[in-house]
Amino acid sequence: MKYLMSGNEAIARGIYEAGIKVCSAYPGTPSTEILENVAAHYKDEVYCEWAPNEKVALEVAYGASVAGSRSIATMKLVGVNVAADPMFTAAYNGVTGGFVIVSADDPGFHSSQNEQDNRNYARHAKMALIEPSDSQECKDFVKYACEISEQFDVLALFRTTTRINHSKSLVEFNEKVDYSAPEYAKNDKKFVCVPAYAREHHKKLEANLEALAEWGNTCPLNKVEMNDTKIGVISAGVSYMHAREVFPEGTSFLKLGLTYPLPMGLIKDFASKVDKLYVIEELDPFMEKEIKAAGIDCIGKELTGLQEELNPSLVAERVLGTPFPTVDVDVQPVGRPPALCPGCPHRGFFYTVSGKKDYIISGDIGCYGLGSSAPLNAIDCVTCMGSSFSMAHGIQKSFEMEGTTAPKKVLGVLGDSTFFHSGMTGASNIIFNKGNVVPVILDNSITAMTGHQDNPSTGYTLQGETTYSVKIEEVMKALGYKNIFICDPLDLKAMQKAIDDAFASEASCIITRRPCVLLKRANIEKGLCKVDREKCKSCKKCLKVGCPAVAFKDGKAMIDANQCIGCTVCAQACPFGAIEKEEK
Amino acid sequence: MSNVKSILLAGVGGQGAILISKILTKALVDAGYDVKQCEDHGMAQRGGSVTTQVRFGDKVYGPVFGKGQADIMIALEKMEAVRCASFMKPDGIVIINDYQQESSLTASGLAEYPEGCVEAMQAKFKTIAVKGEEIARGLGNAKCMNVVTFGAACDALGVEGIDWEQVIAEVVPEKHRELNIAALRAGREAAK
Repeated sequence: MKYLMSGNEAIARGIYEAGIKVCSAYPGTPSTEILENVAAHYKDEVYCEWAPNEKVALEVAYGASVAGSRSIATMKLVGVNVAADPMFTAAYNGVTGGFVIVSADDPGFHSSQNEQDNRNYARHAKMALIEPSDSQECKDFVKYACEISEQFDVLALFRTTTRINHSKSLVEFNEKVDYSAPEYAKNDKKFVCVPAYAREHHKKLEANLEALAEWGNTCPLNKVEMNDTKIGVISAGVSYMHAREVFPEGTSFLKLGLTYPLPMGLIKDFASKVDKLYVIEELDPFMEKEIKAAGIDCIGKELTGLQEELNPSLVAERVLGTPFPTVDVDVQPVGRPPALCPGCPHRGFFYTVSGKKDYIISGDIGCYGLGSSAPLNAIDCVTCMGSSFSMAHGIQKSFEMEGTTAPKKVLGVLGDSTFFHSGMTGASNIIFNKGNVVPVILDNSITAMTGHQDNPSTGYTLQGETTYSVKIEEVMKALGYKNIFICDPLDLKAMQKAIDDAFASEASCIITRRPCVLLKRANIEKGLCKVDREKCKSCKKCLKVGCPAVAFKDGKAMIDANQCIGCTVCAQACPFGAIEKEEK
Repeated sequence: MSNVKSILLAGVGGQGAILISKILTKALVDAGYDVKQCEDHGMAQRGGSVTTQVRFGDKVYGPVFGKGQADIMIALEKMEAVRCASFMKPDGIVIINDYQQESSLTASGLAEYPEGCVEAMQAKFKTIAVKGEEIARGLGNAKCMNVVTFGAACDALGVEGIDWEQVIAEVVPEKHRELNIAALRAGREAAK
């Protein structure tokens, strides 16, 4: 029996089959569904949890490995930056139970702020690098990753890309392997990273990587498909599938599943048998550089390029010089960017600060990033998870030091999940260093952008069980905030008052509180707003709220009854009282 | 790869492209094909453009295809059809739901929704256009315009021997079953 599964569903199955017992993750596209599927299908055999951030997730999983279990931490590409500190040292220490880190990369920026190629982390932190090409390999390679980790005492970086995580292909299942932890024995020389021990760890790690490189020449993850000798292609991950599709019949392939350390013996042998060698990989010349450094001539980045994700058509065009014919049509489509949903609580905050030049808004990662889109245009900067508060503080200090004359009110804005991820540290820094900015927490009771995952404030675990709920206002109070203003962001007057009050007092912050409009658990009461065409003066003020349900038709405002849920932000924005709410 | 067919589903987040791809892939897997499917996640659910790709044949390699590779496009919204035109093979078939959904830019008056989307596709491709929203509203629920559009497409897919109504009965929860089967029939009829 074969099942059509996404890479993430298959990794979840692989976690079960490999006998992994402990999983931890912070949600992030394209990695999120891995642990959701573990929780949905294998929760009796596998412990899994949402951690507040990726560093915590990696440390939890690593602790389980030290204790002897097979374990895994999953995260999106930029999450690995957050988790990098424990990762580099854990790589020196090594493991007891197999330890796997999933890095879900995102070439093509489907839902990420950069395109970083995390294969480089394997070389930098000295870890085994495993790259599946389809869902079957996603499942099967988890077990290999555990075995490699244990056999060579290394961390296994399991690197996927969006098209591996979110593509579905057919998978055949295997039985669960029988793995249980050896009896715990204290081993401080291995797991304490003081310099005297760490020097030995480094020596041992280099030797282990050498042994792993040798093993890679004959391991089952690396496969030669020898056909004729005119053209040879070395590839891995989803790029292998693209190349396999478009290179001519008869092309020989070296398909790699273990890409660090590279199996140089196998590569040299393959290269010596073909007249012309291509290396097909997305983003950085990760394999190509090392292959060229070994004196092997190959063609790669000069054709494939350093940016975007590849697809069969792009490989045909760039590498083979034979683009598929296309047809132009005579109409130009206009953009359809994502927008805050109708009824989104964030709209109330962003509309309130939108267009007011004395507010500087330091934004963050989450749905509320959409507050930067037209017509709200309400965000000045966004960098990474948790950066809003700290950057706001830096912006304000700059104004202070430069003697900026125009009065500027600086606000840092993030959501409840991001607050626990890494916003709390920035909030404490503002108090500690007498900052003059207002932190705003847009609390919508869920991690919304990634599709509704729970976090320390929601009161539910990954398995949906009730748990303790950490109160954001209590945390802020404990950090030293004296004046905490809590308001409903969809009440525009209350929202403006909270901002005015916060700037009029010291050590103040704002918490806007209203659940995400899509959150089923919140049972949001729906209504419908309607335009009175007599009262509408066609001023278009309602269009400035940036709601997908509000449009301008036949010279008047119009509200789409299919989309409106009756949040009334447009009604409050209307200076003529032309929009009214009626019950649906 | 010559016997691999590539289908592009194009629409707007929330229109139900995922349900169409579920129906399609279930039928194709059960019929014994090698199948790969790739869908947009994340930002897509916030009202942006979304695409889902389905490929099937004896052996499929790439889970995703690029420009000039689609045999069939099923567009749930007419401007999205135009947006994805470059993915089509010149002799590909396009099925369009002749329905306009404003984007945040056109709704707020920052851009004009373009005229002549359906006609522009008809001028260049073999095109089947159906009034999916009107038909769906006639059936009592505008939301099922996705299945109406799929109904208009199913006879153009070139796969024999699939009982699409049976597949829908297996994929769709019972309370929506009748409506969706009616939607499939109505779409199929409208395409004739």
